[in-house]
Amino acid sequence: MGNVFEIHDLSSWFGENHVLKKIRMDIARNSVTSVMGPSGCGKSTFIRCLNRMHDMTPGFRISGRILLDGVDIHSERIDPVTLRRRVGMVFQQPNPFPRMSVSENVAVGVKLNGKKLSRGEIAETVERSLTMAALWPEVKDHLDQPGISLSGGQQQRLCIARALAVQPEVLLMDEPCSALDPGSTAKIEELIEDLSGKYTIVVVTHNMQQAARISDQVAFFLVGELIEMDKSGKIFTNPSDKRTEEYITGRFG
Amino acid sequence: MKKHYSEQLAGLREQVLRMGGLVEQMTRRVIQALVERDVGILPEIRSMETQVNLLHIEIDEACIELIALRQPAAVDLRFIAAAMKINTDMERIGDQAINIVERAEVLLTVPPLKPLIDIPRMADIAQEMLKASLDAFVNGDDVLALETIRRDDEVDQLKDQVFRELLTYMMADPSTIPRAMELILVSRHLERIGDHATNICEDVIFMVKGKDVRHQEPLA
Amino acid sequence: MKALFCLGAILVILPLFLILFDLLIKGGKELKLTLLIDLPHPVGEPGGGIANGIAGTFVVTLLTMLWSVPTAVLCGIYLAEYGKGKFASAVRFAADTMTGVPSIIMGIFGYILLVLPMKRFSAWAGAAALSMIFIPVVVRTTEEMLRTVPTTVREAALALGIARWKATLRITVRTVWPGILTGILLAMARILGETAPLLFTALGNQFWQTRLDQPMAAVPLQVFTYAISPYEDWHDKAWAGALVLITMVLLINIAARVLTREKR
Repeated sequence: MGNVFEIHDLSSWFGENHVLKKIRMDIARNSVTSVMGPSGCGKSTFIRCLNRMHDMTPGFRISGRILLDGVDIHSERIDPVTLRRRVGMVFQQPNPFPRMSVSENVAVGVKLNGKKLSRGEIAETVERSLTMAALWPEVKDHLDQPGISLSGGQQQRLCIARALAVQPEVLLMDEPCSALDPGSTAKIEELIEDLSGKYTIVVVTHNMQQAARISDQVAFFLVGELIEMDKSGKIFTNPSDKRTEEYITGRFG
Repeated sequence: MKKHYSEQLAGLREQVLRMGGLVEQMTRRVIQALVERDVGILPEIRSMETQVNLLHIEIDEACIELIALRQPAAVDLRFIAAAMKINTDMERIGDQAINIVERAEVLLTVPPLKPLIDIPRMADIAQEMLKASLDAFVNGDDVLALETIRRDDEVDQLKDQVFRELLTYMMADPSTIPRAMELILVSRHLERIGDHATNICEDVIFMVKGKDVRHQEPLA
Repeated sequence: MKALFCLGAILVILPLFLILFDLLIKGGKELKLTLLIDLPHPVGEPGGGIANGIAGTFVVTLLTMLWSVPTAVLCGIYLAEYGKGKFASAVRFAADTMTGVPSIIMGIFGYILLVLPMKRFSAWAGAAALSMIFIPVVVRTTEEMLRTVPTTVREAALALGIARWKATLRITVRTVWPGILTGILLAMARILGETAPLLFTALGNQFWQTRLDQPMAAVPLQVFTYAISPYEDWHDKAWAGALVLITMVLLINIAARVLTREKR
């Protein structure tokens, strides 16, 4: 099995603002790791370091190392564009591409990453990805409808299908259910549990009950530091750090 | 229903049933040993006790983890709470069965005092009650649970009957006292098993109806 | 208060109808097929048309757009997607300023740039002058359209591991291309009717002309020439020419509308 990500003393700054402080953690393969903590604890910043989304942000810098399968993602050996194909991301607000149909949305990542695929291969990819995202039955007769005509929960699953179509190793999810109603949230949580055997999934959530439900490991962040990380059963029944316990019992945050 | 969650609940149910099956077998086998005067059965019962103890810990851990991680509500919450309580009662039943084993270890080294009739009868009823309580648990059958609670009276009556009969033996011939005492203790242990089965039924009624019927006499 | 707002709306739309009405009446007389397919006749001779003007207008307009559209759109994309520093601000300022420069200045500029060195008036010079009106407008409309694309779209494209230039062209631009096209069409409608820049550059021509390095006819020029002449029948032709012009402008505007509505 092993670890997909090994993070060594990761610190980051937005200008003068010290956001992440010497984060040290490992993310295990084919499991669900949740990152939870109160607002402003740096969890979104952290997850965006894993696929170098901050490259576009002026004034952002990091120190420390992030190893993906043993290779530093900031080294010359790694091209950020290729990195993001291996480490996909789903965002808080569902964001299917406007003016593209459902199937176009799913296929776009595959079509635009340089590989030439036949129409049949593309159709197969679209079906496979939508099936994995538990959306195929609902949209199989409406593949040409605009992606934005779907409901919120369906749009988010479409974004998940789009991310899965490029066959990443890791799927990062930044509060994927925050903008959704409870029914859609439940569907997506179920989907995450289904996917966890085949993908490494890292989920940022401000909802600790969600973290409890879906994850194998939970990492608790507070003001830019990793306070504790352990199996979810241990964290939620008997955490080692008092601050974790206070957060879980609702004493703060 | 979420698949993974419902699988976990099903797993818990299966663990409870497995434990129930074990303690039921322990009870049946120890009485069989007494009736057939077969010491060879006893070690097997002790090894079942080890498994029962392991399950006792596993079930409690599983319940706590389910509560912590799944935030169960309503019937799921009552199911898990019931499972934890039933867990305790079953472990006690196992303990009572071991107690009977210890009595048997003494009784089988000496000649039998009398043919055993009421004690096996008590054991049968206690076993039936236990089986019924577990069926009620699995099927959410509060009617069966209620009927089973009422049968505890039969067990209690038999216990008194055993005591009265052995009392006459002891009064007639003091040399029978040691064996008679052992037999009285066996009947007490069986009566306790019946009580635990009753507790299980009360927990089942709570699980199904959300109504706490404990400590109420008489039951309608 | 509501009446006041309605009055404002009516006052705005009224001139358009008055103009159209006026043109229809005055230009309707001369609006025959010959107008559209005949060359101008000498003074006094009845009949004749502005066919060469229509052709010339199209030629000069299309010539302008040939290099202006790619330049302006690419510049607009640069400003929207990559332009964050001082250089981009300068470009933006230049474009904004140029949209306000009187068109006759553009004509004079074209004169200095191309007519003098070539020692002749030409369609090239006309296109050069018109492009200096066209390009700033389209740069700004393209940039504005691209700015309406939410950041989430760009983020999603980035997160899929799509190279930035590809994401810009195939996703961001694709999202708003009807709007960009509309901007182009509206700029086209504008330069169709520009007269002043062409005065010093294309000059106008009585005859069919296919060579781009020679003076070229254009409808606005002909309308101007006919209108300031002392001849009655030329005045009528001027009205007709104006009607033709405004029809072309209207058609392009309607096309632009249809395009955006279709994609809803």
